Amino acid sequence: MSHYYFLPHQRIDDMLNQLQGDGYKCVAPRHHESEINYDTITKSADLPWGFHDEQAPGHYKVNKSDHKHAFGFVLPTTSVKPMLFKAKENIWKVARNDEGKLAFEPIVEFEKIAVFGVRPCDLRGIEIQDRVFMENSYNDVRYVKRRENQFLIAMNCTKSHSNCFCVALGDAPQADKGFDLAMTEIEGDGFVVEIGSDKGRALLDALDLEAASGGQAQKALAKIAYAVDGQKKTLPPIKEVETKLMANLEHPQWDDVASRCLSCGSCTQVCPTCFCHTERDEPNVLGTETHHTREWDSCFSIDHSYTHGDTYREDPKYRYRQWLTHKFSTWRDQFRTKGCVGCGRCVTWCPVKIDVVDEINAICK
Amino acid sequence: MSAHDKLLGLSARPKVAVHKFSSCDGCQLAFINDAVSLLELSTLVDVVHFAEAGPLDEFAEVDLAIIEGSVNTHHDIHRLEMVREKAKYLVCVGACAITGGIQALRNYTDDKGLLEWQHGIYPQDTDVIIKEDLSTAKPISAYVPVDFEIPGCPITSTQILHAVRSILFGVEPEKNVDSVCTSCKHAGITCVTVARGEPCLGPVTANGCEALCPALGRGCYGCYGASKYANMGAMTDKLKEMGLSEIQIKHKFQYINSQDAGYKGE
Repeated sequence: MSHYYFLPHQRIDDMLNQLQGDGYKCVAPRHHESEINYDTITKSADLPWGFHDEQAPGHYKVNKSDHKHAFGFVLPTTSVKPMLFKAKENIWKVARNDEGKLAFEPIVEFEKIAVFGVRPCDLRGIEIQDRVFMENSYNDVRYVKRRENQFLIAMNCTKSHSNCFCVALGDAPQADKGFDLAMTEIEGDGFVVEIGSDKGRALLDALDLEAASGGQAQKALAKIAYAVDGQKKTLPPIKEVETKLMANLEHPQWDDVASRCLSCGSCTQVCPTCFCHTERDEPNVLGTETHHTREWDSCFSIDHSYTHGDTYREDPKYRYRQWLTHKFSTWRDQFRTKGCVGCGRCVTWCPVKIDVVDEINAICK
Repeated sequence: MSAHDKLLGLSARPKVAVHKFSSCDGCQLAFINDAVSLLELSTLVDVVHFAEAGPLDEFAEVDLAIIEGSVNTHHDIHRLEMVREKAKYLVCVGACAITGGIQALRNYTDDKGLLEWQHGIYPQDTDVIIKEDLSTAKPISAYVPVDFEIPGCPITSTQILHAVRSILFGVEPEKNVDSVCTSCKHAGITCVTVARGEPCLGPVTANGCEALCPALGRGCYGCYGASKYANMGAMTDKLKEMGLSEIQIKHKFQYINSQDAGYKGE
């Protein structure tokens, strides 16, 4: 970390105005009824001031306090994934032209989005999906356009929820790369800011911020250290997990977890790194044109493994095993990274409280 | 004959009939509600029988028969057999036609209990249920072979139009095999079980409604019947953990699709 600046809470609006002036739509976590999730914001008052979240296996609750923090909660319900890799979208359409020939038209929709308050785990989720959609032999034009038009303001964690386990994976709740700006909130005060790119520097220059004091920078680091201490989950070293999972494909734990698993796929749908999708056509009634859609699929879907007339993962234990071994082992062979960022969403949003860390430990012990 | 051969055997301009058995007409309305699409469709097919919409020719020879409702009377059986005989391809729409619907709850009761129900539902004496007639409400497939089923209570306009369009292309319509959770997550709906403590049948219920109830903060009622894979043991354990009694859990599954094999754990 080189140099720290300081953005007082009172100047959030200046920053948002600057971004909006540069043509960005600003998106940040917002509080709605029973959740904190990403949505469009236009002003500082739209942020979830004083709200914090309570997360446990199969449990999520938002509470309000008198604390003067905008980012006092730990993690929004969804990651940044739906902004880049959409749950469902049209990717091309085809219609017969006047000469009776099929005319194909690609559909590439994107907008300039500045995301304010991306947690370090979600930042790593973007980095992993970049490998899938941009740095792979296959390039997704929509994803690339959206990434090029994205401004990322990371928000280091000042506390962890009970499902967080980035530390157990060897990471930290602190943004290390892949951001334009990274901030740490000092309660009742403002943000200690770090620059991560030229775009980020230009924004800070425009805001003409003061340097952070040594005390402020120390406070920020202490806050992050507190978030590290808040994580209680442990895993064997990741290399060991990667080897042991594949060496235990017939472990009785797979049957045990399958008896509890609803196979609803919620874990894969909330995961910042899961990228499986399916494509289908939506023709008009007259049958003269069709929209070709792409939407999220899941390895928990029973038809996901339907190939050449057969379903080879009919048994739920094979679906769960596929998910866990891909995420925590074969992902490395495929993309040269880990497949998990330790955000804990799969644990929070599992209706039957299956905890991926417990399952891994049971198999790898 | 395979489904594929049957579909290839349909006329270039197919004749279509829409039949009603014991039902509320909601699925037929799903077909009618999208009036523009129905008008477009009428340029491609001849709708020869559709009492709800106008045309009447009950036993005409047709390429495609669409059936709503369950079988409750001897007369229903006779009529259904005639419809099947005259149709090349037969599609059932909605919970009543596919599992017997909510009226199939009568299958769990005896004469005395049924009379109590009848008095609870109808204010005056009624001859709506004739003693000598069938004592059950059953799905269409209990009496005649069915080529395709579109679940829902009611089905949506999108479902029926998409299915008819596929049939016109000569292919079997796509089946929705995933659970409602898929739609919730795609639409960004926060899980009502996890965040609100609402008992929800979404994890074991077939998708297709676009998560209508969870979108409004309520648990899924199971209108579309069981999903292709449904872990009823895990779902029941979850409902128990949420404080539901055995009878409350039974009532959740014995509701709109009480005769659904998946919900019975069969």
